[in-house]
Amino acid sequence: AVRGCGGVWRRVWQCGAGGSASRGQCAAAGSARGAVVPAGKSGLAPWVPVVGLEIHAQISSNSKLFSGSQVQFAAPPNSVVSFFDASLPGTLPVINRRCVEAAVMTGLALNCSINKRSLFDRKHYFYADLPAGYQITQQRVPIAVNGTLSYSLCTDHKMSQMVTKTVRIKQIQLEQDSGKSLHDDSRSQTLVDLNRAGVGLMEVVMEPDMCCGKEAAAAVRELQLILQTLGSSHAVMAEGQLRVDANVSVHHPGEPYGVRTEVKNINSLRFLAKAVDYEIQRQTEELENGGTILNETRAFDSKLGCTVPMRDKEGKQDYRFMPEPNLPPLILYDTKSLPANINHQQVVNIDRIHERLPDLPSVKRAKLVEQYGILPEHSFTLLNEDGLTEFFESVVKRTQMKPKKVIGWILNDLLSYLNQHSLTVKESPVNSSMLANLLNLLEKKEISSTAAKQVLGELWKGEGKTPLEIVKEKKLELIQDQEALEQICQAVIDGQKNE
Amino acid sequence: QVSAALKEGHVTPTELCQRCLALIKSTKFLNAYITVVEETALKQAEESEKRYRTGQPLGVLDGIPIAVKDNFSTAGIETTCASEMLKGYIPPYSATVVQKLLDQGAVLLGKTNLDEFAMGSGSTDGVFGPVRNPWSYSRQYKEKSVPKSHPEDEDSNWVIAGGSSGGSAAAVSSFTCFAALGSDTGGSTRNPAAHCGVVGLKPTYGLISRHGLIPLVNSMDVPGILTRCVDDAAVVLGSLAGHDPKDSTTIQDNFKPFELPNLIDVSKLSIGIPKEYHAPGLSSEILALWSKAADLFKNAGANVIEVSLPHTHYSIVCYHVLCTAEVASNMARFDGLEYGHRSDMNKSTESMYAATRREGFNDVVRGRILSGNYFLLKQ
Repeated sequence: AVRGCGGVWRRVWQCGAGGSASRGQCAAAGSARGAVVPAGKSGLAPWVPVVGLEIHAQISSNSKLFSGSQVQFAAPPNSVVSFFDASLPGTLPVINRRCVEAAVMTGLALNCSINKRSLFDRKHYFYADLPAGYQITQQRVPIAVNGTLSYSLCTDHKMSQMVTKTVRIKQIQLEQDSGKSLHDDSRSQTLVDLNRAGVGLMEVVMEPDMCCGKEAAAAVRELQLILQTLGSSHAVMAEGQLRVDANVSVHHPGEPYGVRTEVKNINSLRFLAKAVDYEIQRQTEELENGGTILNETRAFDSKLGCTVPMRDKEGKQDYRFMPEPNLPPLILYDTKSLPANINHQQVVNIDRIHERLPDLPSVKRAKLVEQYGILPEHSFTLLNEDGLTEFFESVVKRTQMKPKKVIGWILNDLLSYLNQHSLTVKESPVNSSMLANLLNLLEKKEISSTAAKQVLGELWKGEGKTPLEIVKEKKLELIQDQEALEQICQAVIDGQKNE
Repeated sequence: QVSAALKEGHVTPTELCQRCLALIKSTKFLNAYITVVEETALKQAEESEKRYRTGQPLGVLDGIPIAVKDNFSTAGIETTCASEMLKGYIPPYSATVVQKLLDQGAVLLGKTNLDEFAMGSGSTDGVFGPVRNPWSYSRQYKEKSVPKSHPEDEDSNWVIAGGSSGGSAAAVSSFTCFAALGSDTGGSTRNPAAHCGVVGLKPTYGLISRHGLIPLVNSMDVPGILTRCVDDAAVVLGSLAGHDPKDSTTIQDNFKPFELPNLIDVSKLSIGIPKEYHAPGLSSEILALWSKAADLFKNAGANVIEVSLPHTHYSIVCYHVLCTAEVASNMARFDGLEYGHRSDMNKSTESMYAATRREGFNDVVRGRILSGNYFLLKQ
């Protein structure tokens, strides 16, 4: 996960306002988004990169989209596969209500129009991890369309300036995940595990409104937070619950979009930014050297840090789309259209889901800023780190120190220590009450802030001592007694005199 | 009638079962059955007998020997669809309709022969050979046909049973069972029923669950019912119809089984005779029978009128396009990876798929898949 925004990766250039880059300044002019790759050596017109994303999020549900088998990460191979998932002849899909609700929640959170009537289609291709020879998806009429996602970027490393951007959401569709195939080249065989076959996915399609790897990663990060807040997907990229395909092209301002390539199956935010930036650079160089861009599918090689063409995906695929005849149109209701005599367990009511939506990250951040008087950048970092907001609020509750001061200890001391040791908030040896105790000692002026940092250093060791115990042990108490202080000062002065 | 006989104790389920099994053996030349499950059938008959003895039969179907077309999944019993692709395939679950019949106490005698994957209208294109119409051996047919010069040719003098549910129709027609399940997409239950002189009912789509019926065209398939009289068909329909949560295309409304009244009043019925059905090339015998049926209704007081179905001549073309498209899709799962036939070719996944499908499917199936894919392609 990205720990706060701002330069973890080296970038060749920067989009947005300001900032320096090793390749020279970006001109703000050139495109509406202000993102431009400066002119190359031949002095031609600048290039405008265009980035669109297709994000597959695994739905957090007990069972799969169309069958009753369990959704279980890292289960023994082929142990959670129903007859339908294995494509046994004669089996039929039955839609999972929870998956529909997850898609509606996500659509509402992304300001989409929910289609009260959506359809399912078959997308055909032959592959070992697709037992039926087709995937059930929503190509013609998906469940949600025309939304927006707002996300923020820091424009410099110091995180002092944040700018808000939006990306249009073209649609959200429900579809099946495929199984997994492992290619064992040494034994010339492919091993197929169907545990994942049939798991529900929400595909979120983002329009090409982004211009570089940083924007793409920031947008996906915000989507990830939203999904996790809604609970519609755990969206843990390392577990394959959130996968991103990036569509990248470049063109001259004022000209039509260039040929795009698709970089598939990116499974970390860092790789996403790298892959997009690399691809923009590759295309720019290729075109400047008089070459052409192939409309192809590529993969990101994380070891080499570059994109490579994918073997199996040459040429354009015709998926022979066909309506899924075993699934009638998916009908959703709102309070107005709800029939009187219907069983509430049998239908999905959009309005009810809307009412029960939790506070989205943007709302949570605004509330934190308002309630505690912290800076917007701080609220971003708090939400970005799993459990940090709760930790912060817990400390604030137990201490007299103002939240504006507490936040410094949280973000500068606690967080940097955790980062250094690659620990999560949950794994922190210092818990919120310990930190609160420490801060209270500081507030009551029983110790100095230097001493406090020293105590914190001891607390990290996790030896179970309380802050007060450490203070006493190391004799870090601030001396309040005026007379005692004068005696010490006199002793020092006397000591100096003797030299 | 046989149900009543079982109830009264005139005959026991075991006797009934044994007689049917014996008849199946003696009519093997009809090739109506692919698989006969003698042991399990006798066991089911035994269970049924116990229930009758304690006066607690499960219903009208308890102890009644039935047969099921070999494109219905039957748990633990080989289900082949008359194809190399599924030879040796033993499903781990039963189709809903099969389970419903078993739950009513019916005795499953075996799986009947068909055209490969239900593609055909003669029951001639399966890997187990064609089904012979029992009427081939009737006095009427023998009198009609020209005697052959050589005695060996006698054996080849038979007529088709129709298809694709020919095996089921022949099984019912030859008295080896009292009811059989077929499937109907474009006539595959009605056609063989007509050929074999039995009742073939195609229920309305959405009335009966297709869960477990290995599909041909998902949007048109229905399980079909073959019996020797209409009342029997109504009984079987009553035990099978109704919403199945495992099949999303079944109607949700509650189904109430009905009984056909003894005296049927047709005076309130309007019977339409589509004029476009009087197609060129219709044989005079069929035309005569058609008129006869219309007269029967007219004389019974129904309102028999001519109607027009102007798109009739497009129907077969539309059917072929839709059918082959869905077939191409439904057959995509047969790749030899999870079940069924798998080719020895193992140079690559693609070559294994290609070889498996070439070896597993007959020409008819392959032809339809190719046509269907052609129709589905965008370019």
